[in-house]
Amino acid sequence: MRHVPAWTLTLVLCVAAGSLRAEYGDVVINKRSDKEGVRPVVFPHWFHRIRFRCKVCHQELGFKMRAGANDVLMADIIDGKFCGMCHNERIAWGPDRCDLCHSGLRGAAPGIKGGAQTSGPGRW
Amino acid sequence: MTEARRSWRWWAAAAAAVATAAWAAPSLWQRLEADGLHDPRSPAIGVLQQPAEALEPLPRDGAGNLVNWVKAIDSGAINPRTNLLPETEVRLREDDIIVAKYGSMPAVKFPHRQHTLWLDCANCHDQLFKAQLGANKFSMTAILNGEQCGLCHGAVAFPLTECNRCHSVPNASLRRKAGP
Repeated sequence: MRHVPAWTLTLVLCVAAGSLRAEYGDVVINKRSDKEGVRPVVFPHWFHRIRFRCKVCHQELGFKMRAGANDVLMADIIDGKFCGMCHNERIAWGPDRCDLCHSGLRGAAPGIKGGAQTSGPGRW
Repeated sequence: MTEARRSWRWWAAAAAAVATAAWAAPSLWQRLEADGLHDPRSPAIGVLQQPAEALEPLPRDGAGNLVNWVKAIDSGAINPRTNLLPETEVRLREDDIIVAKYGSMPAVKFPHRQHTLWLDCANCHDQLFKAQLGANKFSMTAILNGEQCGLCHGAVAFPLTECNRCHSVPNASLRRKAGP
């Protein structure tokens, strides 16, 4: 132990503490964002399900449950479809607040995140 | 290097380690700017709610978001909206379905109540499952691949590491009823 430099321990602890861990159910939406020159969208399921049951978005708003199965265009959102059903300045912030949804790291791979992968080949 | 100088270094390293642990330990949930998804330079950081702030007060679980989401509704900790449109019919169902294969695992009890608390019938029927008792073939391989129950369990609903939450009915208790 005397031969292990002290800073090694510190470094190991820092790396462990800062380990990257997305929240369970987070979805990165990046079909077009990178190409269009904006940050990808990070959709947090945890935030939304505190306020709305699954059926609101996946039934009333028409979001298919498979990540990647939806084509969500800004034009539709501005017209009040998909996210725009709430993100309209009445229930939640409007579509002019680009940066609040488009907040992901550039180049982030789309899909569901947060430890959702199973041990199998998996569609997730 | 003198002994005193070496000792000083050890104390500094230990203090740094404790400070790091103290900074990381208070929260079970990663901060957005450090989650590997959000751009730490995004103007959204500082505006968006942090997971710990929202999730810490809710009933605790050991997996997923570390929140027992059904308990969160049942206890009244949250009351998420059931519909946006006034004309939407909010459909609930209370019955349990037992799926027994009498294999090495206990039988599965599927509770409609906990599922319709969150979901509408049409989220599962009839694309994922036929709405007819005994008409569906379940496969753990498919589920682990993100099909059937695995469309949600393993993605947003409690993960597939929690075997016994679904496989919860001892086979013996079912056989006795069907026995000679």
